[in-house]
Amino acid sequence: MDIKKEAVLLSQYTLQTPVAIMEVCGTHTTEFFRTGVKDIFPQGLRLIDGPGCPVCVTSNDYLDTAIAIGWQYHCIIATFGDMMKVPSSYSSLSKEKSKGLSVEVVYSPMDAVQLAVDNPDKKIVFLSIGFETTAPAEAVCVLEAKKRNIKNFFILPGNKLTVPAVKVLLDSGEVNIDGFILPGHVSAIIGKKAWDFIATDYGKPAVVAGFEDHDLIRGTLLLLNLITHANPSVVNEYTRVVRDDGNPKALEILYSVFKKGDASWRGIGTIPESGLLLNDDYASFDALQQFTPDVPPPKEHPGCRCGELLRGVIIPTDCPLFGKACNPEHAIGPCMVSSEGPCSAYYKYGRK
Amino acid sequence: MDIIVPGHGSGGKMMNDLINNTIKSILGSDTIQIDDSAILTVPVHSIAFTTDSYTITPIEFSGGTIGSLAVNGTVNDLAVMGAVPRFISCALILEEGLPIETLKRILISMKEAALKAGVAIVTGDTKIVPKGKGDCIYINTAGIGTVENSVQRRPIVSGDSIIINGTIGDHGTAIMALRNNLSFSKGLSSDCAALNHLIQDIIKHFPDAIKFMRDATRGGVASILNEITKGASFGAKLFEEALPIRDEVKGVSEILGIDPLYSANEGKVVIVADSTYANDIVAIMKKHPEGADAAVIGTITHEFPGKAYMQTTIGGNRILPVLIEEQLPRIC
Amino acid sequence: MCLAIPMTVKSIEGTKAVVESMGVEKIVDIALSPDIKINDKVIVHAGFVIEVLDPEAAREIEATWEEYTTLMGKEQ
Repeated sequence: MDIKKEAVLLSQYTLQTPVAIMEVCGTHTTEFFRTGVKDIFPQGLRLIDGPGCPVCVTSNDYLDTAIAIGWQYHCIIATFGDMMKVPSSYSSLSKEKSKGLSVEVVYSPMDAVQLAVDNPDKKIVFLSIGFETTAPAEAVCVLEAKKRNIKNFFILPGNKLTVPAVKVLLDSGEVNIDGFILPGHVSAIIGKKAWDFIATDYGKPAVVAGFEDHDLIRGTLLLLNLITHANPSVVNEYTRVVRDDGNPKALEILYSVFKKGDASWRGIGTIPESGLLLNDDYASFDALQQFTPDVPPPKEHPGCRCGELLRGVIIPTDCPLFGKACNPEHAIGPCMVSSEGPCSAYYKYGRK
Repeated sequence: MDIIVPGHGSGGKMMNDLINNTIKSILGSDTIQIDDSAILTVPVHSIAFTTDSYTITPIEFSGGTIGSLAVNGTVNDLAVMGAVPRFISCALILEEGLPIETLKRILISMKEAALKAGVAIVTGDTKIVPKGKGDCIYINTAGIGTVENSVQRRPIVSGDSIIINGTIGDHGTAIMALRNNLSFSKGLSSDCAALNHLIQDIIKHFPDAIKFMRDATRGGVASILNEITKGASFGAKLFEEALPIRDEVKGVSEILGIDPLYSANEGKVVIVADSTYANDIVAIMKKHPEGADAAVIGTITHEFPGKAYMQTTIGGNRILPVLIEEQLPRIC
Repeated sequence: MCLAIPMTVKSIEGTKAVVESMGVEKIVDIALSPDIKINDKVIVHAGFVIEVLDPEAAREIEATWEEYTTLMGKEQ
């Protein structure tokens, strides 16, 4: 493979008219910057960031609830490192930890189950966030806790599904998107076919792409070819990992533990059937059902435009708070603090 | 098992026994002075004086302990100023419950590091804190060095070379791996080492070529480059393909979602030097065990003044931003 | 949204496997891909194997791209 040759092909790609493509996935947002691929984009190609950062689309009241449960029920909050610095309405997990709240960063959700085993006298509440990629792993943990009769392990359901969110964006018509770079690892679970509606129902092209530099270059080249040739189809660049039907075993486990339900997305609002709730059989693991904390009313910063950003209406630099009142040290919105948030990526890697 | 108890901080016999039978007998009853201060004789030179505290968890790791870290860190802080490290102090803050055996291992590693670096531990202090008020052991070391061949530090200009004495991110990554239950087929050790001999050798040979020298500890190589370029009329450019990074470091970094350019090193010095001498400096580094993987990793440019950045493998540029907080493992 | 990396399966025991990449070993859960075999390349996310790499597909795509870049290179 001669990646440098492919890089030249991309940088010299001739576009007749300006083209806007959306990368749905937050890891793509960051990787486009980190690998330098965005830096070699041809003239006229614009990348619009999508709603694919699970931390960014989590609404404030989720973290407010987690913090309230932690304090009021003396629980250990177990979370992926990604959530630590995300602002809630009034604080963040990191700040609450400094005040004495028990917060443990875990790499795998199974580490949270182990935490429950190791601390039998403590209640562990795992913040179950993430899209289709992460949710099956979290489902396995709930199954494991049930099988081993672990009574002090709970999850706070916050998982979301990407397909309904992309549909909402397409339906709203707010943004003119010529094509999509689709999330490779979500697709590993749900399969390439789950995205075919983009072409058949909306007449837009899309490419399922991996995350290495050559995946990003090839994915973009493929998408530009589809756009240039007015060919609305969904193509799989990441065939080494993504099958047409995804990972059926993972989907089976996912839907044995979770069921679809309405979910509140930051900036987008409630999207029907876009969230994952625990099935009734697993209600005893549901922190929302087992605890009834007093949660203060959620509060959004009035100037924060993360919502519009996550809908692809603006890019980070369009927000008047960007880089001024809102920066990684004092983040106002989650898009600035999440490692894969578009604002964080622009702030860190942007040229300004 | 013998452990640290409150009596060890009492000022009575238990404390004296700990100091005499454990601490001084290991660190050097010959060099540590018994009075309230050490009286030192130094040749007529300017002196460099530094202090640093060490609070690392875990306290023992592959490639070192909090003790060797404390000695090498202070030695390196002196060495990068062009000083020859001479004397260091050792202040211990011990948490009740610390096994004496563990303390002994840490002290032995301190002594070994001091011997290797050629510094004498001349004074010290020991305090005991109640269980839960500390994290096993904290160490403060202050150091004095004599400035014999000062570095000229002429202004950095476009075209200067950026040089490092070896692989990037070993220490921080080894610690992160340990904290996250990752293991290695061949092993990954901290690069914890004293650099004074290597640095003195370079200064001796190229007193005029070196424009900047700093040990790349917390915040890693990228943070050093941000320090150099802050407010400057030049930028610092790294070449991704030239970076010496161990496979294991790449592997851990990918798994945990961290960036080796921001991971701590404990035996690495970043030098900005006149490019004419860059290859000769690398050659001298390679003569030392701490410089086996030395390389020219970048250059000072006119592009992007005030920024550190990197030309990636595919030829694009990527800014290396100022690190805001400690890196955490992530899944996104 | 999902950091995941390719690793090689070294050993399997029950629902756990030891996987390796660049000299780094990790114990992962294989409940989502229970049919993996030793020496398979797998994609690991958050401590779980989420899919098995298909070497045949990888080879095919490399060949296609080689052809494509040569073709495009000639056109320009």
